[in-house]
Amino acid sequence: MTPLMSNYALEVINLKKAFGGLSVTQDVSLAIRPGERRLIIGPNGAGKTTLFNQISGDMRPNSGQIKLFGTDVTQFAPYTRAHFGLSRTYQIITLFSGDTLEHNVTLGLLGLRPSRWQMWRPLSFYGDLATEAHRVLDAVGLLHLAEHPVSDIAYGEKRRVELAMALAQKPRVLLLDEPLAGLSNTERSTVKSLIASIPRESTVIMIEHDMDTALDLAETVTLLNYGRVIVDGDRDAVIADERTREVYLGV
Amino acid sequence: MKWIAATLLVVLLLLLPSFAGDFYINLASQILIAAIFALSLNLLVGYGGMTSLGHASYLGVAAYISALLTSRYGFGHGPAAVISIAGTTATAAFFGVIALRATGLGFLMITLALSQVLWGLAYRMSNVTNGDNGIAGLTRPMPFGISLDSAASFYWFALAVASFAYLMMAIFVSSSFGSSLKGVRDQPRRMAALGFNPWMIRWITFIYAGFWGGISGLLYVYYNKYIHPTSLSTTSSAEALLGVIAGGSGTLGGPVVGAALVLLLKNYASAYIERWNMLLGLVFLFIVLAMPTGILPGLSRLATGLRRGPR
Repeated sequence: MTPLMSNYALEVINLKKAFGGLSVTQDVSLAIRPGERRLIIGPNGAGKTTLFNQISGDMRPNSGQIKLFGTDVTQFAPYTRAHFGLSRTYQIITLFSGDTLEHNVTLGLLGLRPSRWQMWRPLSFYGDLATEAHRVLDAVGLLHLAEHPVSDIAYGEKRRVELAMALAQKPRVLLLDEPLAGLSNTERSTVKSLIASIPRESTVIMIEHDMDTALDLAETVTLLNYGRVIVDGDRDAVIADERTREVYLGV
Repeated sequence: MKWIAATLLVVLLLLLPSFAGDFYINLASQILIAAIFALSLNLLVGYGGMTSLGHASYLGVAAYISALLTSRYGFGHGPAAVISIAGTTATAAFFGVIALRATGLGFLMITLALSQVLWGLAYRMSNVTNGDNGIAGLTRPMPFGISLDSAASFYWFALAVASFAYLMMAIFVSSSFGSSLKGVRDQPRRMAALGFNPWMIRWITFIYAGFWGGISGLLYVYYNKYIHPTSLSTTSSAEALLGVIAGGSGTLGGPVVGAALVLLLKNYASAYIERWNMLLGLVFLFIVLAMPTGILPGLSRLATGLRRGPR
């Protein structure tokens, strides 16, 4: 059987998820092309992060399908999806706070390498890992802090480490969960240009509340509300849509 | 400075039998055995975040298999050692599958229950294990034709094995796999998202810890030339766990210090006080209150504090 070729990097088909009686994802379908920049917006509690958690495998949907490049990954564990080229960041910073920045990024690199199973050779012997980790930290402008533990650095810098860990994996599909949350204006523009510089080999799907910054990065926009897709399409069309104004912009 | 101290320690350990009496040499051998056991438990507790209350299972299984094979079935010490380590590792693999269905308190309870099953078997299956009488009259192996019957020769043998064990476990925790393990301990969800399989990492560690627990069990039965179900008991597991926590879990030296402390207290205090267990409890209470992260991390913090001077 020849592998099924797909036009989409990520497909979500009729996804449903409920916590008890509370439906948080109601029949959500998305189709995102390789290289696309997709912004997911919606008010608090619209089910955006829950959708991400299902795509990344942290949560199992009640029904529906998730496909990565045509492969049905709905039943796959999160780590298997990572090896399919999926990476994510977290809304609530999830780093290894006692370890150095370099070690954090190294874990991102190690996750996709067979050498993560190696138990007879010290990690410090892998010079290429350190070199690569430094390159990634340099790309996010944190090379000078490489040897500092994460617990020592500022919040805005931690946000960039979150990003660096995911970028180190050179993902085919990258899920960014509020990468700008809690940042100052200067930090915002730094992270914005970082996201803008992500190569087109990566498809980027981003949840963000800061519309001013995020809309510039997006090509397409999906509006969620009460776990449903309300509007979905090109950025300008979605912004102009009356339902968007109603639900989200509150105008 | 650090190197000088390390060299001095090595020389001291190597030359111990030339200046110490048999009582102290034997005590040192027991400490070495307990240190290997504590180090293996520390892989689970300190580096894996898996607090086990059944680690004595692996010490006991290895000791019992070796004792039975050599005394009853006429095996030589070589094949008996290989079979007992293989059997112990397989037991750890099987127990790991069951225990790792849970984490935290659930994990602790399952390891406790499994070890109680083995302890019960050792007690009740007296036609095989000789029950409460234990298996006596065992011999020590003769590696390369060298007799280990003197206190000094056994000590050097134990020192060689313990040094190797320490080295292997030091490499283990500093390896890529060790980093994966610590990552899974701290942020399992993130690690899974990065491509690591948390369950598999925990399971392999569980087996590896069982393997070294088995090695310490072999030394234990060689040293005592006797094995009794008590070795499999919860008390035995708990003592090692206390040692790991008191010495400093998640550090390499901590479990060694903790194991030494437990044995020294046991040997000295029991000579003067009948209720030496109570003293042990008080000492641990003091350690946990004064140095919550353990003796070794506590002392090193104290040392850096002194070096910096009063603030």
